[in-house]
Amino acid sequence: MRSCRDISALVSQELDKKLSLSERLSVGLHVMMCNRCRNFQTQSRFIRKAARRYTDELQSRLDNKS
Amino acid sequence: MNDTLLTEQTLAVQRPVLFRYALLQLRDSELADDAVQETLLAAWQSAAGFEGKAGLRTWLIGILKHKIADHWRRSAREAVAPTFDRTDEGDGEAEEDDYFMSSGHWNGGPKAWADPEAALKQQEFWAIYEVCQNNLPPKMANVFMLRELVGLDADEVCREAGLSDANYWVTMHRARLRLRECLDIRWFNNTKQEQHHA
Repeated sequence: MRSCRDISALVSQELDKKLSLSERLSVGLHVMMCNRCRNFQTQSRFIRKAARRYTDELQSRLDNKS
Repeated sequence: MNDTLLTEQTLAVQRPVLFRYALLQLRDSELADDAVQETLLAAWQSAAGFEGKAGLRTWLIGILKHKIADHWRRSAREAVAPTFDRTDEGDGEAEEDDYFMSSGHWNGGPKAWADPEAALKQQEFWAIYEVCQNNLPPKMANVFMLRELVGLDADEVCREAGLSDANYWVTMHRARLRLRECLDIRWFNNTKQEQHHA
């Protein structure tokens, strides 16, 4: 049984590469039972979304100033 | 298909990534646009110099860096924006341990966030987001920004930042842990948050 420390690292990696089948299974089973790792997963995805939007926000802010 | 074949189209596809890179450094849309324009023009004129070894985008970013450096030299101003070349002065290697106990369980750990989508529409949220992003140690911030804001691929980021694969995973994971915690404290589980919604 993998720890939250290991699972959260896999959750992070999953955003950048395809995990192996056994890794995906471990993550899937773990987040079903563990609220905190599940929250980390949703929140990491949200952070990615926010980060991708940040440059647009920055640009509109900069353009409004000038 | 020849990878080294440069057409106006293959260059134009790279424009958004180059623009975001330039914008984050120059913090001015027009200047960023100019720098990208000059970069694409220079690339077009020296297409023969492109050998396709390092990848088109890496080559273009190399040219763009020179254009940005030229700009700072001309304007004789200090670069205040991220330079994407910084290193961290021995930033705590063991910091991940702040987030986990020795058993491997979360120390505290992520609580649920109410309606994150709504936050994206609020000016105040973006101010907090920026603070949290700026709070990352410099090199970690560079890696995170090259990947998530500029939109480079993981292996391109490794090349740019001189990171090994293993270092890349660790750095990105720590950046997410830190950003998450900061957003949690300053926005999502901040009791003052109610004011924003009022």
